[in-house]
Amino acid sequence: MNCEQLQETLIAYLDIKAKPSERRQVEVHLAECAACRGRAEQFQLLWGVLDELPAVLPSPAFDASVRARVAQEPHRASFWSGVRPSPRLAFAGTALVVLSLWLSSSVPPARQRVATAQPGSEAEFRMIKDLPVLEDYDVLADFDALSDLSAPPQAGSELEHP
Amino acid sequence: MARSDVQLMLDVKAGDDSSFELLLRKYRTPLVNFLYRMVRDSATAEDLAQEVFLRVYRARKDYAPSAKFTTWMFRIATNLALNSRRDGRYRQLEVSLDQPVELEDGAPAFEVPDRQPGIEHELIARDRADRIRRAVESLPEKQRAAVLLHKYQEMDYDEIAGILQCSESALKSLLFRAYETLRVELASLVETRRAESQPKTQSRSGEMRS
Repeated sequence: MNCEQLQETLIAYLDIKAKPSERRQVEVHLAECAACRGRAEQFQLLWGVLDELPAVLPSPAFDASVRARVAQEPHRASFWSGVRPSPRLAFAGTALVVLSLWLSSSVPPARQRVATAQPGSEAEFRMIKDLPVLEDYDVLADFDALSDLSAPPQAGSELEHP
Repeated sequence: MARSDVQLMLDVKAGDDSSFELLLRKYRTPLVNFLYRMVRDSATAEDLAQEVFLRVYRARKDYAPSAKFTTWMFRIATNLALNSRRDGRYRQLEVSLDQPVELEDGAPAFEVPDRQPGIEHELIARDRADRIRRAVESLPEKQRAAVLLHKYQEMDYDEIAGILQCSESALKSLLFRAYETLRVELASLVETRRAESQPKTQSRSGEMRS
């Protein structure tokens, strides 16, 4: 180690934070270089001198000023404050709108589909749909609500006018 | 068991403002000290320290403990100090380079009073302190920040390097150059100290070491 190389390790050596290998190299150099030895000693004295600089205390109003400034900050953010505008978000939103418009224009509404596929009356369609239940005797026999009725139900009219 | 700074900050993030109060009490003095020695003006130092705490509070929602809390906080402080000097908002600071900010009675603003008895001793101590302050203040900005964080905040090299955003190797060279400048500038005080003290080595914090 030479005097120039010492510059990078001397502070860590004086802080007793140098690696063991570096420490040995510094000690070898200091033992043979009076100038660096004197500088190392003066650095340590200098640190003692720097301790003479008095500490500075915050003014008595410091904490109150910080609290006042913090109090002006919004504490509870609204839902939309968490949503930050970004190109990715804008693209996703646009894609969603376009997809919705395309779906609504290309696929017919459910009622239209039923009307197209079943040109017959709506009552007929419902009766066909409920046939498995009406034909299941066990279901009808155990259906307590039927026994509570005072008059026999008019099945035909009920199917036509639910 | 005391909560770590990171845990306190995470609690602030969760909505616990009392944890922010603890961080404020813990770091107000180190921050004001650091900033005062960076910008050379007590009022500016207080303004900037308040701004640091405000930025810490504002950043609470996005806070992620990727680094030490102090590294993050002092990086904010360092950047604010450097920017405040560069943007010329505090021109009166240039005056205080050779004329430290003083109150009407001559005492530096907000300094802890010297408790040593005797007017003569007090004057000598004040004169020495002024010389030290001027020497530190005349260092280039980055060297000054490095010395303040190393000597007065007693931070490790990796943390200081993180704050100043340089390598540890570069930091050690930076510190060497800064202390070398101070050694020359304060040579007479160093020699006085040698005469006053025992032939013992001292640590960075001024403690005696064998």
